[in-house]
Amino acid sequence: MSTRRIDIDVPTLARVEGEGALELTVEGGRLTRVHLRIFEPPRLFEKFLEGHAPDEVVDMVARICGICPVAYQVSAARAFEGLFDITLPHGLARLRRIMYCGEWIQSHALHIHLLAAPDFYGVADATELARVQPEVVKRGLRLQALGNRLIALFGGRSVHPVGMRVGGFHRLPEPADCARLAAELRAALPEADDLVRWAAALPFPERRQDFPCLALDDPEGYPITGIECVTSDGKRFAVEDFEAHVKEFQVPHSTAFHAHLDGRPYLVGPLARLNLHHARLPEPVQALIDETGLALPSANPYHSIVARAVEIRHALSEAARLLEEHLLDPPRRAYEDGMPCAGTGFGASEAPRGLLWHRYDTNPHGLVLRARIIPPTAQNQERMEDDLRQSLTEFGLDQPAEALRAHAEQVVRNYDPCISCATHFLDLRIERR
Amino acid sequence: MERRRLRIAVHKFASCDGCQLAFLNAGETLLALAEAHDFVHFPELGPVDPEAEADVAFVEGSVCTEEERERIQAIRARSACLVTLGACATAGGLQALRNLADGEAWLRDIYPRREYLDALATATPVAEHVHVDLALWGCPVDGGQVLEVLAQLALGLRPAPGADKLCLECKRAGHPCTLVTQGRPCLGPVTRGGCGALCPRHGRDCYGCFGPAEHPNTDALGVRLEGLGLIDAAIARRFLFINSAAPEFRRAGLRWRGEAP
Repeated sequence: MSTRRIDIDVPTLARVEGEGALELTVEGGRLTRVHLRIFEPPRLFEKFLEGHAPDEVVDMVARICGICPVAYQVSAARAFEGLFDITLPHGLARLRRIMYCGEWIQSHALHIHLLAAPDFYGVADATELARVQPEVVKRGLRLQALGNRLIALFGGRSVHPVGMRVGGFHRLPEPADCARLAAELRAALPEADDLVRWAAALPFPERRQDFPCLALDDPEGYPITGIECVTSDGKRFAVEDFEAHVKEFQVPHSTAFHAHLDGRPYLVGPLARLNLHHARLPEPVQALIDETGLALPSANPYHSIVARAVEIRHALSEAARLLEEHLLDPPRRAYEDGMPCAGTGFGASEAPRGLLWHRYDTNPHGLVLRARIIPPTAQNQERMEDDLRQSLTEFGLDQPAEALRAHAEQVVRNYDPCISCATHFLDLRIERR
Repeated sequence: MERRRLRIAVHKFASCDGCQLAFLNAGETLLALAEAHDFVHFPELGPVDPEAEADVAFVEGSVCTEEERERIQAIRARSACLVTLGACATAGGLQALRNLADGEAWLRDIYPRREYLDALATATPVAEHVHVDLALWGCPVDGGQVLEVLAQLALGLRPAPGADKLCLECKRAGHPCTLVTQGRPCLGPVTRGGCGALCPRHGRDCYGCFGPAEHPNTDALGVRLEGLGLIDAAIARRFLFINSAAPEFRRAGLRWRGEAP
């Protein structure tokens, strides 16, 4: 048995969102330390949200993440809508869903092409990849741009869009813009089909790992919002009861809290959604998955990149279909009014990286007394470290340090960690240990 | 004029990563930039070389940790031109709200093990630490403006983005005034333009994400907002929002909070 000690430090993880590092120690042929270090400085959102009005909160929480602001806005708006007894008419809920599809498309396209794909071609970054595989990269950039335009249709810009408010939107989109974009989304479907085929054909290592998946259950279909969570081990619980099942705890090497689902590490995100809900995808998307030979549910974390491609394809046709429906039957008003009140509101949605859960306690004027937000990357941290332990051992701990480092980085990227998000929400009621 | 090949660095401090998307959302322009220039440090894109010398260093985020306080000095020392990218770097961002409270108490409230953290009690703009050659406002920055500034720098020009009020941009676009016609507490009269008057275009009041314009009459606007029926605390929150560390907004906000600026 080897007695060498290898320390691998990746002081700045490249091609992830936010600031993270990786520390691994191999001793006597065993991995003795696996730390995904998150040192993104805390921004203390949960404190400065206190005292703010619901519509201010919708604009503030967008700033947690430049890549998934819509998810934050939707989760927050839903929490206040539930609390103030606002039921979104079908037409407004449909517009929310379309905007959310835009975020999936842009965030997933960015991740696949700019962050993840270079690993599979042995190049340093996407600009280098564009020299050897220009069509792959350009296709991705076109899809990313389409997602951004879909967000901007509702919010003026794709980063921190300004269109959403509690009860709906500040304004309804222009019908001519909706029609034009619907046609462009339809026209992009063949490219998205190709993207799925391309992603499924990437050279993935064989991996079988055991992890429970968690996602929302959405009455509208493949999950974007919902009031119930489901898990791959058969549990079902209300979004309001999330805290009874998910426990967060602080570790020394991360400014983001770690989380367990009923005492175990678990997965949220595209692969979790696909594993739990693939049967709810429209028939053409299911046929495309069958064509690629991807067997679901999958226990290989590398399949998350295929799951992202599938979700892009689905979001394109879903958004096109809903835009067409919207044009035939638009809502009468841009938003519904509600009466602010004291209480506790819960809201959840499926951010590109997974389930994003919000809770707000309010005073009689609806101002925030206390906020709690559990972002997807914080939930996935334990799973990432687990994956690293298994993957690196299978990869071979006797491999050169440089190869181990590269492999470890790729394993982490499968989760598309958004470290900016992960760091900003922490609980006030943590058990002190 | 000859275009120079620039060594470009993009550094991240405490932020949401949204301003860097000015590059990552640029589509094929990003590929063209990578051909015309060298990204010497830009972790989210790929290149990691924090020690690299740069002709232009874009800095996103505000200074929130001891490590960041040291790092910004080092970046300044090896960058010919330092550009702050967006509200956090230019004016502290939303997280600068902690400067108006007991930031240390907030940290202890949230983290059971405060000692695990390298975190300062304040979140401060880059210019409080080092000389800034060019400040770009906005939460987020406007991608078009970032690319334009880069193009000018490559030509050896000195970009000087305007500081006109949002109202001018809004009037030019022909949007109905949300303050006058709807009685909404619009910050357009004191906010810097550059976003394309997005909020009025969406039928809502500007919330000041591009920071103060030049010579903003925050006193008069505050009184106008009071006339609309806003209570003092709500007026304070208008000013103490995304750019609370910008002196003009900070002064106005604290006044409505009944505190000495």
